[in-house]
Amino acid sequence: MPTREQPDALRDFVDEAAGHGMPVDAGTIEIAAVETGPEIKARRKGLGVGGWLALAWMAFVVLGAILAPYIGLDDPKESITAIARKGPLSDYGSAPGHLLGGDFNGRDMLARLLWGGRVTLVVSTAAVLLGFVLGGALGLLGGYFRGRTDTVVSMVLDVFLSIPAVILALALVTILRTQPGEGGQPGLDPELALILALGIVSIPVLGRITRASTLSWSEREFVLAAKAQGAKHRRILFREVLPNVLPAMYSIALLGIAVAIVAEGTLSILGASVEPDTPTWGNMIAVGRQYINRAPHIVFEPALMIFFTVLALNMLGDVVRSRFDVREGGL
Amino acid sequence: MAGTGTAHLRDRDDALLRVEDLVVEFHAAGGKRVHAVSGISLDLLEGETLGLVGESGCGKSTTGRAIMQLPPPTSGSVSFEGEELTALHGDDLRRIRPRMQMIFQDPISSLNPRRKVGDIVSEGLDIWEIGDKASRREKVDAMLGTVGLDPEAARGRRPHEFSGGQCQRISIARAVITEPKLIICDEPVSALDVSVQAQILNLLEDMKAEYQLTLVFIAHDLAVVKNISDRVAVMYLGKFCEVGPPDQLYARPMHPYTAALLAAIPVPDPDVQADNADVLGGEIPSPTDPPSGCRFRTRCPRAQERCAEEEPMLRELAPGQFVACHFPLEAGEEIEFRTTAA
Amino acid sequence: MTGTTIPGTTAPAASDTIVDTPPERADAPLLEVDDVSTWFASDRGRVRAVDGVSFTLERGKTLGIVGESGSGKTVLSRSIMGLLPKRGVARQGSIKFEGTEIGNLGPRAMRRYWGSHMAMVFQDPMTSLNPVMKIGKQITESIHTHLDVTRDFANELAVSLLSSVRVPDPERRMDEYPHQLSGGLRQRVCIAVALAAGPQLLLADEPTTALDVTVQAQVLDLLEAQQRERFMALVLVTHDLGVVAGRTDDVVVMYAGQIVEEAPTATLFENMKMPYTEALLRSIPKLGQPSHTRLAAIPGRPPDLVSPPSGCRFAERCAYVQDRCREEQPPLLPADTPDHRFRCWFPVGTPEGRAALERNRAANVPTALALDGEA
Repeated sequence: MPTREQPDALRDFVDEAAGHGMPVDAGTIEIAAVETGPEIKARRKGLGVGGWLALAWMAFVVLGAILAPYIGLDDPKESITAIARKGPLSDYGSAPGHLLGGDFNGRDMLARLLWGGRVTLVVSTAAVLLGFVLGGALGLLGGYFRGRTDTVVSMVLDVFLSIPAVILALALVTILRTQPGEGGQPGLDPELALILALGIVSIPVLGRITRASTLSWSEREFVLAAKAQGAKHRRILFREVLPNVLPAMYSIALLGIAVAIVAEGTLSILGASVEPDTPTWGNMIAVGRQYINRAPHIVFEPALMIFFTVLALNMLGDVVRSRFDVREGGL
Repeated sequence: MAGTGTAHLRDRDDALLRVEDLVVEFHAAGGKRVHAVSGISLDLLEGETLGLVGESGCGKSTTGRAIMQLPPPTSGSVSFEGEELTALHGDDLRRIRPRMQMIFQDPISSLNPRRKVGDIVSEGLDIWEIGDKASRREKVDAMLGTVGLDPEAARGRRPHEFSGGQCQRISIARAVITEPKLIICDEPVSALDVSVQAQILNLLEDMKAEYQLTLVFIAHDLAVVKNISDRVAVMYLGKFCEVGPPDQLYARPMHPYTAALLAAIPVPDPDVQADNADVLGGEIPSPTDPPSGCRFRTRCPRAQERCAEEEPMLRELAPGQFVACHFPLEAGEEIEFRTTAA
Repeated sequence: MTGTTIPGTTAPAASDTIVDTPPERADAPLLEVDDVSTWFASDRGRVRAVDGVSFTLERGKTLGIVGESGSGKTVLSRSIMGLLPKRGVARQGSIKFEGTEIGNLGPRAMRRYWGSHMAMVFQDPMTSLNPVMKIGKQITESIHTHLDVTRDFANELAVSLLSSVRVPDPERRMDEYPHQLSGGLRQRVCIAVALAAGPQLLLADEPTTALDVTVQAQVLDLLEAQQRERFMALVLVTHDLGVVAGRTDDVVVMYAGQIVEEAPTATLFENMKMPYTEALLRSIPKLGQPSHTRLAAIPGRPPDLVSPPSGCRFAERCAYVQDRCREEQPPLLPADTPDHRFRCWFPVGTPEGRAALERNRAANVPTALALDGEA
């Protein structure tokens, strides 16, 4: 697959002639096959086939999630005995029109998938947003101010990173949420607890990426120039450093959402997610596991949703990274 | 050779900048201390250009930044317009910054790739809220024009759309817009093409005249430094070797290191034989462990015992020319260097 | 040097299996570049980075290629070595090494030549050396690739190479890593790596630009000494006319991808014909000039290589420019001095040139005023 990475020395001398960066990859020597300018332009500025597909998928999922209450789906919690454990395309007899079949209780899979998308997406996006803001703040402060601030920040991040993420998330969810059943400890709604837990777990990764990026951007001479002009630290952080660090953070954040979705699935299997009555992709897999021989679609449909969504997010993360890779002109 | 020594300072109350006994040291890996600058003194009168020249590792850039207090030096005094800068902190120090600006070596790295050129140049005015939006915009346009860029075309673009020389012009515009008294130019033309260097050097001279600037011009290229300076100071391993007026200094260098530098420069004249040139051998010692006494003695063909024991001080050996050497060159004396490593 | 011999100059002592050396024809020059052009694809269109360059080089001679950014000098040197990226590059023209065409060879075929016949030294020694490999290993790696020798022999050879490039204490350096060496020493190591298998041609692309001036002199002296000892051909790519003046036999001046002047070095400086060469020389501050001499800066910038101007590419910035220059591109024409060619309608030092300059001065053409230092 063509790569956009190229060693800097090579890129520099190509720029010397071209005046712009250009994608170069390893392939056979084809003296005749020099792409013309417009072809390269299209390939570079556009999202590419993969990018568009990814965007389309995400649009479908997000729209489906938003519009779920309004598009006349079946009630995801209502059981329709006729379709119980019947896969897609099978004959339902008395209850037609269930494209993706029913789950073990007879609840409509399509409805559950779209409703499940709501919770899954909201939880993972909110969690990553939390991590983005808190982790980003930590990383910025540590990377910019260095010294003791950085020592403290690094220590905090390292401590969090060394706790296995799943265990930490599990512990947090258990502590934070209302225990099910009578006489359980009061706490937060399971969704909120999940968001907090996954958010806290995602802080260290975002923090480290931000810190690394901040460290390198803070060394640039334009930051020194801003100091030389008498700018206060806050101004420098927000006007000079942050805009340059954000692209790296965005692309990791997108990947982070993907990870959070999978993590929610893991937590579901461990029994630490929302009640199985309310669907999320993760807990659909978790509960559906036992039916994998008799009615595999119960597990595979949500699994495929996760798979495609994660894939789409990864691709979009890549696109974001390369779009924001501002080429700094060579001399 | 020593930087310690203030013989070359002119006793003038109206000196714009006066630096005494500047020391910059910092920690390196393994608990070692890097002696980047060890006791430099210099003074600058209004309208003067001081050229600070030396090879890599001599501490010239560090000196420039220490003068700017970015970061403040380990010790020593930096007096700017009569105010002691090392005693200022926080907001007090920030207050004087618009009067003291800096231009950097790498034109691309010194501009924020995410900001528009118009905003970059306007930054000094924005920080200090000088004038209203309209007047700032006017000033920016005027400055862009003065440095040779079309304001209409340049204002809304980002740095990566410009060439190295143009980026350097933007840097100059940014530095001059707050009407500073002093500008420290840290290797401003070293990263530029040969033909662009001349453009930028001419531009600096013009800006200096038009805005009554005082410059400290740091470079490793002796010819460039000679062209733009009124006074030249040669640095080696954190100390001054020789200070004096450029024409005189280059015609008759008295310090062996100055002579070595001059001898090593390739001259664009095929009659000047390069391959038989006596070339200074050896490597520059590590700044974590500089030689005792005269720091140049490990590569100097004239070194004697005295050079290891006693650090030479700057003395005036010709009108306006100060040399820190125990055995300086006589008039017209040629020096031979070892051609093999020490 | 210790007693081991260096391959390429005398018969190798310890091995009888050497890389196939193509038969050397006494009449053919070592390197023949004929009408070479190189195109890159960029998002603005095709860029002709090198446009119709031709020259020859004999063993034992030094050729200087002078130019600024965008002149094509680096692309040219890499075209010769065959070190261009694969996709998005087109090449035309012939490059012959010892009479054999190498211009159309791919990397696999070029590997026979790299190291053993032609080698390159780059500008930045820090990125040219592998930071996680010891110096000794990097040299012996090069040796083992081209010669079938024992490990001990390779090590001895490496040590003798290091001392021949005047690295002090070579045995100790063999075990050191690049970051433990200074820039000058690193560049010497790069030279040692390049020379390890005894190439007949060495291309040095701005080898001293990143180094201090005293170190620069040392390294250039070293290159010269090695060239003499090994009877190599040396190509020095640089932007520094001073470097070229003292150390090359012939010079080629490049501008916007083309050769605009070529001559033996002494001739170039004494009898330059191309206004670009003259303007370049005038714009450099010189030690002999008094302080505050106004520099004759060349106004403007090099042309856009995506759509280069139809006439002379230097016309926009030339003090001698006339209408003909903008319409018709001058070909390389011979000058009165031997082996001297240039690309100009109104060359320096000729009656037509002088008249053109006078006309421009009188009309206050900015480029003419700039040449006199009045811009």
